[in-house]
This record gives sequence, C-alpha cells and structure tokens, in this order.
Amino acid sequence: MGDGVTRTPFLVAAALGAALGLGAFTFDYGEGLSYFSKDPRACRNCHIMNPEYASWLKGPHHQAAVCIDCHLPHDFVRKYLAKADNGYRHSKGFTFQDFHEPIYVKPRGVAILQENCMRCHGDFVHDIVQGSKTADDAVRCVHCHRGAGHGARG
Amino acid sequence: MRNKALLVATGVLSAVVALLVAALLTSIFQRKQEAKNPYVRLVDVTEETTDPAPWGTNWSREYDDYKRTVDTTRTRFGGSEALPEEKIERDPWLKRMFAGYAFAIDYRDRRGHAYMLSDQEMTKRVTERPQPGACLHCHASVIPTYRRLGNGDVFAGFEALGKMTYADAHAEVAKTGTSGIHPVSCVDCHDPKTMELRVTRPGFIRGIQALAASEALVPHIPTIERWRQGKRDTPYDANVDATRQEMRSFVCGQCHVEYYCGPKMTLEFPWANGLKVEQIEATWDATKFPDGHRFYDWKHAETGAEVLKAQHPEFEMWSQGIHARSGVACADCHMPYKREGAAKVSDHWVRSPLINVSRACQVCHVYPEAEITARVEAIQDRTHTLMERAAVALTDMLDATVAAKKAGATDEQLAPVFAFQRQAQWRLDFVAAENSMGFHAPAEAARILAESIDYSRQGQIAAKGVTTSR
Repeated sequence: MGDGVTRTPFLVAAALGAALGLGAFTFDYGEGLSYFSKDPRACRNCHIMNPEYASWLKGPHHQAAVCIDCHLPHDFVRKYLAKADNGYRHSKGFTFQDFHEPIYVKPRGVAILQENCMRCHGDFVHDIVQGSKTADDAVRCVHCHRGAGHGARG
Repeated sequence: MRNKALLVATGVLSAVVALLVAALLTSIFQRKQEAKNPYVRLVDVTEETTDPAPWGTNWSREYDDYKRTVDTTRTRFGGSEALPEEKIERDPWLKRMFAGYAFAIDYRDRRGHAYMLSDQEMTKRVTERPQPGACLHCHASVIPTYRRLGNGDVFAGFEALGKMTYADAHAEVAKTGTSGIHPVSCVDCHDPKTMELRVTRPGFIRGIQALAASEALVPHIPTIERWRQGKRDTPYDANVDATRQEMRSFVCGQCHVEYYCGPKMTLEFPWANGLKVEQIEATWDATKFPDGHRFYDWKHAETGAEVLKAQHPEFEMWSQGIHARSGVACADCHMPYKREGAAKVSDHWVRSPLINVSRACQVCHVYPEAEITARVEAIQDRTHTLMERAAVALTDMLDATVAAKKAGATDEQLAPVFAFQRQAQWRLDFVAAENSMGFHAPAEAARILAESIDYSRQGQIAAKGVTTSR
C-alpha cells in the first residue's frame, strides 16, 4: 500500500465510488425512477403541483386520464424528449427557485395539450374544429374547457 | 492481477461507504425538514395569548407577513400612509353628509391591520366625542377580557364591556393577562390548539345566526341553505356548520361589516332580513331603541333628519358579487397563497389585491397584470363617477331642505323629505364607506348609487314643493 505506483488507482476508485454511491442514493432519494412511470404522484414530487394534483383528483378527467395522457406526446421519442425538456426546466427552476409564479404552461406544452384533446375527442369535435389545430391563434379546447383537467384554479 | 482485484474491491467498498454517508446525511436532513414542516411549536400559545409575538415564534412565516401590515401602500382609491389623507377634506360633500356626526371632524383613509388599535386611540372621533367600549369588539384582541368580565361567559362579558366608556373598557382590556392590550391578532381567527380557523366575535356569531334564520337568499353560503333544510334544533353555528372555504370569508366578516356599536343598544350586525342594502335598511327601520324611538345613528345638523351611518360593509357588498357567487373567499384575494420553498403559506400581509396581482388575480385570471389592473380600475372609475354624481344630488337636496327650513317649513311638513334624505344618504354612504370602490359587486354598487341619486332628487323636489306651497 505504501507503494507510490498503486496509490493513485485507489484514490480514483474511492472518488468514483463516492460519486457513484452518492449519485445512486440521491437518485433514489429523489425518486428518480418515478419519472419513468406514468404515476401522477411523480408530478407532485417537488410540491409545486399539489393544487393541480388535488383538483385533478376531484376533476372530471381523473377517471379517464392521468397527467401525462394530456401533457406529454404519446409516441416514444417525442414523449421522452418532452420529459427531458420539462424535467430539466422544472428541476433547474425548483433548485434555484427562479421561476415565474403563478406557473403557466409553455406554448409547446399548449400544443401537446391540444394534440391530446384531439387524440380522444377529435372525431367528436371534427365539425367544430376546422382549419389549423396547432397554429398560435388556433382555437384551443381548454380556452373554454379550463376546468376539464384540474379544476378552475389549475 | 492481484492489483486489479484490490482496485475493484476498494472501489465497491468506497461506494458503499459513500452510500451510507449519504443516507445518514439525507436522513438527518429529512428529519430536520419534517420538524420544520409545517411548524415547530417552540412556545405554548393558549386562548389567553393575545400578543401575536409568541405565536410568531411558532408560525414565523405568517407573523413576518402580518408585521408587514405596517407598510405604506397606495392604490388609486385607497392608501395607508403614516397620517392618511383626510377623506372629508378631499371630498367636501362627506363633511356635509356627516354634519353633526363625529365623522365630520376626523375621517381618514384606513391603514393596515397593525394600526387598528393605535389609530382608534388617536382619532378625534374617540378623543373628542364620547364613544362606547363596544368599539373594542373589532379593534382589540378582546375575547379573554369578555371571558374575564363574564366569569367565563363571553357573551355576558361582551354586553358588560360594551356598556363602559371607551377609556374604561380600554383599561379593562389592558388589565387582562400580562401582555397588555393588542390589536386583533392570531387568537381572534385561529384555534390555538389546532390552528383551525374559527370565529370569536359575538357580533358576528349573533349576526350570522340571524341571517341563517331569515328567509334571505344566500346562495354564496351553501351551508346556511343546508342548515335551513335541516331540523333547525340548534342555531346556525359557523364554527360547526361552515366549510373551511366559508370560514376564509367569515373570519373577515367578524369586523368588515355594517353594524351599530352603541351606546343606546348592544353592538349588533343587522342581518335579520338579509345582507342587501335595502334588507339592512329594513332591519334598522324596524329596530327601536329602548326608549321606543325608531333607530337612527345621528340627527343631521343642517336638516334635523334622523339618518343612518353605513360603516364598512365589505362582507355584505362582497356577498352580492360574482366572486362570492363563484366560491371565492376574502382570503383568496386579500391573503392569497404563496410558496416559500416547498411550503404553502397564506399571506398574512392582508392588503389590496391590486398590489399583489400575480398571486391574487392571475391564479385564476390568466391575463397580463396591466390588463387585470385596467379592468379593476375601469370598474372603480365608473363607481367613483357615479358616486360623485350621487354626492352632487345629495348636496342639492340638502340645499333645498335648508332653504325650505329658512323659509319657515316645519319638521312635520319636511317629514317626507327627511325620509328621502335617510334613504339617499344610507345608499350613498353604503358605497362610499365600503372599501373597494364598487369592485366587490360592481352592478350592485351601481344599483345602490342609482337609487341614491333618485331618492336625493325626489327629496329635492319634495323640499322645493314644501317651499312653494308655503
């Protein structure tokens, strides 16, 4: 052990091990795996979404849809891109506490939302949703149906 | 080979050690967080703790906000400066409307909660005119004193303290406990054991019972409607029957209301016929003083009419508005929720939503702040313009009445004019004294002012008729 040649690998191993161990623990402590699930409870891990979660529980859609059914795309690649996008933004915002309040959905989130309204209700509303469904000034379902997902205050 | 194995073993070992250390670290962290959330009861507070400072030790977030009610704030139609502007100098018609009443000598813009007691101690309405101890019902943390004077019976103590002079009552409250006299504080709205909201004010408890027992429609208070459909074997009890959301308005309704303070009768909230301006008027008109005389607040110095003073009927005006009907409580806009780290806190810096638009309004109304403020100001400007018109109409009626008196008209001949004056002033004052410049119920405020203008002009015509007929 006193041999100068073998000391370095030991130190490297210790540092790597500590980082790996702490990282693994923190990942678990921060419920990292839950973000790969579709459990709505994962969305309120950092407490910000508590009011939205509470009103979703009492809202009209809670029998039919969980958070990600409306707020994420449904094809695999875009879904994980959106998860990464939101995950990065939200964790950075909550860690540094530097986000705007009250929180509002981003334009790209609005587009995803609209897409998901149409995914289920598209056939039914085909006649009233003419023209573009995705342009900025397109009529959005939640413009009127604001309480559909998580209540009037969501 | 041997070196390589050792390297791997050490790496795994250090990872395990790091994991254990992290586990220890975060578990300590977690314990701390749990202890912090939602609060740490460092000192004991009881029903007798009227001083907010010990409560502040336990609930420091709320107390920090409460202390900010000393801050100066300004909105277009209200402020809280160190020495607020005299309303009666800004609006001279107020001085004429209140001729002969204490409000004609000192009537300023309101300030924050922290000042409610010191401002009352200093106003000329109290220092230059005799006022009853009942005033402390809403300006001091007074319940332990009621309990002491009533030997445990809050209502008996309430009756007793109300009958004293203001100075004597003030001394009694200061004598209770060991911390002296304080403005309305934590214990007045919160149960010291559970922190649940509760109402404590005898005036409100009786008033809301009377309202529940009446026929008046109160769709914005669903538990009253439910109580009415029940057995009614016990009176409506806000602390038992009301929902938490209703309590978030009721606690404010303990004081931000129309009332009679004394000294001729016990302090009373006039809700036995409902909360609307004409329903309250009907209650006052049907009320008789112990000497049998019809209720009035003061005799107008210019005309001699027995008229009414509206206090600050915020609870009543809010009750007629769309926010109340939509289930929005006082606290939702005046004490909106905010977030401190992961904690959700109701902002105890009670203030105008206009200086807290992002939390007070934008949570529901997803529009830019400037647009929201502009909408509110449009409502307030309309109300203000209409109010100014009602003031001109009232002044014209007073001029005509004074002229008729000068020409020799008797009180008997002027009786119909006095009736119009009472109705017109009551309505104008109901909007003017209410702290929202019409916003709490825009259409209702406009209706009330329209009626005021109509009664003033009818009174003016009647007064001129008396003059001509002579």
